[in-house]
Amino acid sequence: MILQLFIKGLSLGAVYALIAIGFSLLWQTSRTINFAQGEFVTLPAFLMVLLALVFKIPFALALILTIIISGLLLGYLMNRVLDRPLIEKGVLPLVVATIALGFMIRDSLIISWTPEALYFPSLVPKKPLHLGDATFSAVDLWNIFVATLIISGLHLFVKRTKTGKALQAVSQNRDVANILGINASKMILLAFLINAVIAGFSSILIAPIYMVKYDMGVELGLKAFYAAIIGGFNQTRGALLGGLLVGLIETFTAAYISTHYKGAFVLIVLMVVIVFKPEGLLGEKELYEYR
Amino acid sequence: MNTVKASKVTPLRASIGWLCLLGIFVLPAFSVSSQYILYLASLTCIYTLTAAGLNLILGYAGQISLAQAAFMGIGAYTVALLSTKLSFWVALPLGGGIAFVLGLVLGFPSLKVKHHYLAMITLGFNIIVYLILMNEQEITGGSYGVFNIPRPKAGPIDFTSNESYHILIALVTCFIMLLTYWTLNSQWGRAFKGIRENELRAEMLGVSLRNYKLLAFAIGSAFAGIAGGLLAPLLGYIDPTIFNLGFSFQFLLMVIVGGSGRFEGPFIGAIIITIFPEIFRVAERLYFVIFALAAMLILIFMPKGAVTLWDWLFQTITGREAPKLTK
Amino acid sequence: MKILETSGLKKFFYRLQALKGVDLHVEEGELVGLIGPNGSGKTTLFDCITGILKPSGGKVYFKDKDITNFKPDGSYKMGIGRTFQLAQLFPEMTVMENMLLAIQESQGSMLNRLFRIREDDNRNKALSLLEFLKIGHVRDEFAKNLSYGQQKLLDLGMVLMADPELILLDEPLAGVNRSLAVEIVERIRELRKNCGCTFIIIEHDMKVVMDLCERIVVLDYGEKIAEGTPEQIQNNEKVLSAYFGG
Ligand SMILES: Nc1ncnc2c1ncn2[C@@H]1O[C@H](COP(=O)(O)OP(=O)(O)O)[C@@H](O)[C@H]1O
Ligand SMILES: [Mg+2]
Repeated sequence: MILQLFIKGLSLGAVYALIAIGFSLLWQTSRTINFAQGEFVTLPAFLMVLLALVFKIPFALALILTIIISGLLLGYLMNRVLDRPLIEKGVLPLVVATIALGFMIRDSLIISWTPEALYFPSLVPKKPLHLGDATFSAVDLWNIFVATLIISGLHLFVKRTKTGKALQAVSQNRDVANILGINASKMILLAFLINAVIAGFSSILIAPIYMVKYDMGVELGLKAFYAAIIGGFNQTRGALLGGLLVGLIETFTAAYISTHYKGAFVLIVLMVVIVFKPEGLLGEKELYEYR
Repeated sequence: MNTVKASKVTPLRASIGWLCLLGIFVLPAFSVSSQYILYLASLTCIYTLTAAGLNLILGYAGQISLAQAAFMGIGAYTVALLSTKLSFWVALPLGGGIAFVLGLVLGFPSLKVKHHYLAMITLGFNIIVYLILMNEQEITGGSYGVFNIPRPKAGPIDFTSNESYHILIALVTCFIMLLTYWTLNSQWGRAFKGIRENELRAEMLGVSLRNYKLLAFAIGSAFAGIAGGLLAPLLGYIDPTIFNLGFSFQFLLMVIVGGSGRFEGPFIGAIIITIFPEIFRVAERLYFVIFALAAMLILIFMPKGAVTLWDWLFQTITGREAPKLTK
Repeated sequence: MKILETSGLKKFFYRLQALKGVDLHVEEGELVGLIGPNGSGKTTLFDCITGILKPSGGKVYFKDKDITNFKPDGSYKMGIGRTFQLAQLFPEMTVMENMLLAIQESQGSMLNRLFRIREDDNRNKALSLLEFLKIGHVRDEFAKNLSYGQQKLLDLGMVLMADPELILLDEPLAGVNRSLAVEIVERIRELRKNCGCTFIIIEHDMKVVMDLCERIVVLDYGEKIAEGTPEQIQNNEKVLSAYFGG
């Protein structure tokens, strides 16, 4: 039972971690708190349904198209149209703008398509697997596998490539990055693109579990938000740990304590972390600066 | 240098202004034939009140709260559950009082953290309140909600009709706005703004962050509690889904789009959010999409909010700068 | 009488030790200069005295009262005012409002403040201080629209509002032009004559410090390396080597 829940929790957590990574990347590079992060997952899921199930485009091609389109819309366009003009007006207008964007995407989906949940096929068979007395689905393992792949890929990119290092510099210290001659706004655009692409991939992972629905992103966006804060806004590690923790806490409290209040326990952990270790479990304290 | 004359707020002008505002608030009760439009007017008042509370927290004291809907819920459920047992006139202030105390508690994290952290904590509070309303069925009726919430009577005066209940809402709203105006122009208002502008320096000048931040949260939340208490009898029926997170987001939208840190801001924001969709009724269900788009456009082109438009209007018509209602 | 004393004041930023046990004592009415190379911990010392930073070790006494764990608002109400290296103002409030906020919290209770007691007296006082600092004409401007020099003056003016007994000035002359610097020094002298309050001044301009202060304390790498009259400091080996690395 415990092993079963553990795998289930990890698989959910892996997806949360994916979404959280992009989220904290946006915050670090551009101080954008993206309240539309959940919709960044919803939209690609709908795109996939449209391309693969409605237009019957082969799956792989549909996937590539989806990633490209969401990169353009949610990465490039979002950065140019919303982020650029609002970025120097402080954190708040951007928060509100992303909230409005979230509303807009959700409502457009209802209007242009459907308020119902749509079926989304899984890439791997949903056949139950057995390990000892634990029963779980191959989907869970697949999710963990893909998420690990993407996260390690991103990690390597940030640590090993020149562009990745520049990105890291911008997210850690804008002033130093400036001195090094790094073009911050280019890096911010890159962060937006990475975020959109990762969100796209995570939507493929989560859609078979959650079904495709206009409001599927609401919960997801929040979970990613919790994950980023609990783990700490610290490149990949914090979001990864946070995501897994959120997934595990959720699964275990739902199983052992109360399904009704499963959302509340994560929140309580979140609040405790914020009050006692605001920088997150793996985050670094932001320096006290006024001079 | 700009040569536009500033308008001074003298006591006489202020009184006239307040009478006009009261007029605007109450007027729909006498002039509107459509019950639906009257209902929208009532909603605008209630939204104004809640948004004004958030404006105090956000626009003046510079903190963020995403729990206004939860406090409205607390006020609404207090009235819905107690007005038959006690009396509306006890339940309404009680709802405000409970919101005040809980707001005080919710303010504590603001002494330690800022920005997105505070946003998250308040947002979490909203979700938890929602879950409690949803799951404690014996008390709250769970997802079925509470039905047949009566409208109040005061001796011979009966507030049951839509018109009379609107007048009650308008009066309460105006009265609380007046109190807010007075508070914001007192030394408290200055301390709030000091915290918003430069917390470190404010503290270094003797401003007790603890006192003022907690007060801002408590007062702002109490407004939402009272607004919720007015909402319940207006609708006659409430359930937890009304007070979800999205509703809190809407209040944030109202304050920022209206103009945060400006006294008129919440009112303008509330009008935009209730009236605007109606103008675009023709667009049917697209209205919310249009609204969201408009909000983004306002943010991009009028970063200080739609109140900029009011300033501009005032100046073109009277040739003077719009009065600064709070210093 | 001793007005301020710090004993063994320490401050760590992670591994970096910005203050290594500083003992400082200041007599009432003194004008003490605090000097030291950049990064030697002068601002940090002010931060620890006023409660902006919590010292990692050691004690701060103000008029023989232990104020080590006071928050800034507490120390301000005790009578310690300070300015900042970079003027810290309320940018979207008028100059007058900036000044008024500097005094209201030292008077009466929260409830009194809701009823704006003594607002008129405060306003008059602010006006005369602004005149004294020669920025009376900009009283209705937003603080953010002031020139750099005017902002520094306003910063000083705010500190003077509540008549603190001890005033800590963090580089009051940094970045201002010569004539304004002379002006500010003049104001400080005048203040000392009239109000009898105590000053600690951080300043890089040696000429000014030697001229103005009766006693000078030198910090280097978080340690007090010398203390004495301007002449003593001028001839002190350690000070010379700290500054010129000789
Ligand atoms: N908030 C902080 N976090 C980390 N290090 C700090 C902080 N403030 C100051 N420091 C370090 O402490 C040392 C002393 O700084 P400071 O007191 O500002 O020096 P001064 O005012 O004498 O120029 C410097 O090495 C500085 O880098
Ligand atoms: Mg310094």
